[in-house]
Amino acid sequence: MNSPAELKYSATHEWIREDGDTCLIGITDYAQDQLGSLVFVNLPMEGDELTAGEAFCDVESVKAVSDVIAPVSGTVTEVNEELADAPEKLNEDPYGAWICRVENCSFDHELMDAEAYAAFCEKEHE
Amino acid sequence: MKLLFEKSKPGTGNQYIPACDTPEYALDASFLREEEAALPEISENDLSRHYSALEKRSYGVNDGFYPLGSCTMKYNPKINEAAAALEGFTDIHPLQPADTVSGCRKVLDMTKQYLCTITGMDAMTLAPAAGAHGEFTGMMLIRKYHEMRGDMKRRKVIVPDSSHGTNPATGTMNGMKVVSIPSTPEGYVDLEKLRQAVDDETAGLMLTNPNTLGLFDRNICEITKIVHEAGGLCYYDGANMNPIMGIVRPGDMGFDCIHLNLHKTFSTPHGGGGPGAGAVGCKQFLAEYLPWDLEETENSCGKVRSYHGSFLVIVKALAYILSLGKEGIPASAAASVLNANYFKALLSEKYTMANPGFCMHEFVMTLEKEHKEHGFSALDIAKGLLDNGIHPPTMYFPLIVHEALMAEPTETESRQTLEEAAKIFLDLYDEAMKDPESMQHRPQSTVIGRPDEVLAARKPVLRWKKEEKDEG
Repeated sequence: MNSPAELKYSATHEWIREDGDTCLIGITDYAQDQLGSLVFVNLPMEGDELTAGEAFCDVESVKAVSDVIAPVSGTVTEVNEELADAPEKLNEDPYGAWICRVENCSFDHELMDAEAYAAFCEKEHE
Repeated sequence: MKLLFEKSKPGTGNQYIPACDTPEYALDASFLREEEAALPEISENDLSRHYSALEKRSYGVNDGFYPLGSCTMKYNPKINEAAAALEGFTDIHPLQPADTVSGCRKVLDMTKQYLCTITGMDAMTLAPAAGAHGEFTGMMLIRKYHEMRGDMKRRKVIVPDSSHGTNPATGTMNGMKVVSIPSTPEGYVDLEKLRQAVDDETAGLMLTNPNTLGLFDRNICEITKIVHEAGGLCYYDGANMNPIMGIVRPGDMGFDCIHLNLHKTFSTPHGGGGPGAGAVGCKQFLAEYLPWDLEETENSCGKVRSYHGSFLVIVKALAYILSLGKEGIPASAAASVLNANYFKALLSEKYTMANPGFCMHEFVMTLEKEHKEHGFSALDIAKGLLDNGIHPPTMYFPLIVHEALMAEPTETESRQTLEEAAKIFLDLYDEAMKDPESMQHRPQSTVIGRPDEVLAARKPVLRWKKEEKDEG
């Protein structure tokens, strides 16, 4: 599984990209692979307050609906609306298909770097 | 196969619909549609053939083995139909004077009384139209109970991670916050996690027992005690009532309210869109909050359905209860457990069980290893079963088991059927091990082959649209 070095990762398989004062959030390659082909994304709304460790969005595959857990706390300033009509982008390009942009981020949850995350997935897969 | 709309020929007429024999009412123009509804026109003969053709293409309990887990696809005895077809039950109206339908009222009262006896509840409503509707009604009682006590902060509903998806949905639809707690590795409620989860905001717990893995939780009295001590109430999801009816009662396990799927446990037909019936029972202290049917009652949680519910379904359930009787009901429950364990033992020869040992009415297999190491999945086995005239088990549920197949044979299958079906399961497994690639082309013999489920979910075509003739 691919996990880019510049990102941070949560144990619930979300990634965080720091972008100036804000962060972009998405789901990892491992997550999309485990979920299978996604058919629907229930996106957050601009202005939503995220609490690290709580669900802020859900994604649906043919098999099941799964929560996406906020890896950081903060306020949603922008949502990738494109995903509403094209949920397959989360499968095709998991690190390009960000779900939302968050400001005033507080990193109150433990996150992993790419190396630790790759090892974590390896262990989970066994 | 063409749709009725595509078969429609204007001018064929719908003569089998009699002429209107009441004065026409001139509806205000603002309520009228601007163009005529695009209704099909088809002769009675062609219409009849259309539905016969649809019937031949469908598969039901009457066609063959249907081990769909958590759905209790038992045989529906014909005596139920005979009872429900009696004129005194069919040619009535819910608003006719009560003294002219005393037999029907007796059916409702008797059914409530028997269901209370079977579940250990004190009061019952038969209004809800189906299982999820019953859950919703049951949780309305719990919400109302807290509100009437002025305890407005109790908005948290606890569900185990193996729960039916309708449980969290019910909590959410009732304006509550759903908290999911993980199960123990053996699949039971984790008592420590439950103790940590309950507090003064807990409205209640929603639970099935036996649970979705087909296991009876022996800690059930401790579980309901923990919730009660925190001030919450306990809701019993009756989806898995079949193996315990007449043997143990949710009321004795500490549950305060329950729903029953009459269309599962009490043998009324289902799987074709209904109607179902989701009776809701409760202990005496919740009875005043039950929904009302004809006349509004003061503290009722409201009205959940028109009149008395799916009346003829209730007649069928009562016919079932009366034909089985006091001895037959526990015997039926015991047979469902025996059948599930026999079927489980037969399949254990090749299939890996999510939980070894005895089960109740259903069990879960996992094809995780086969999927990783041999390249075939639970879906492939399910599709292969279709070619062999068996309705597949429930797939990919519960979510805590990967590549899951969940089978519930029910008590109405003979030993011979179980053995024949087991052979098909085992042969299919061998075939998949030998040639996993070929499994991806299953089924071959059904009307519809392997639909593109992803495309169907992403771009669903949900309704027929009339062709726009004017547009070139």
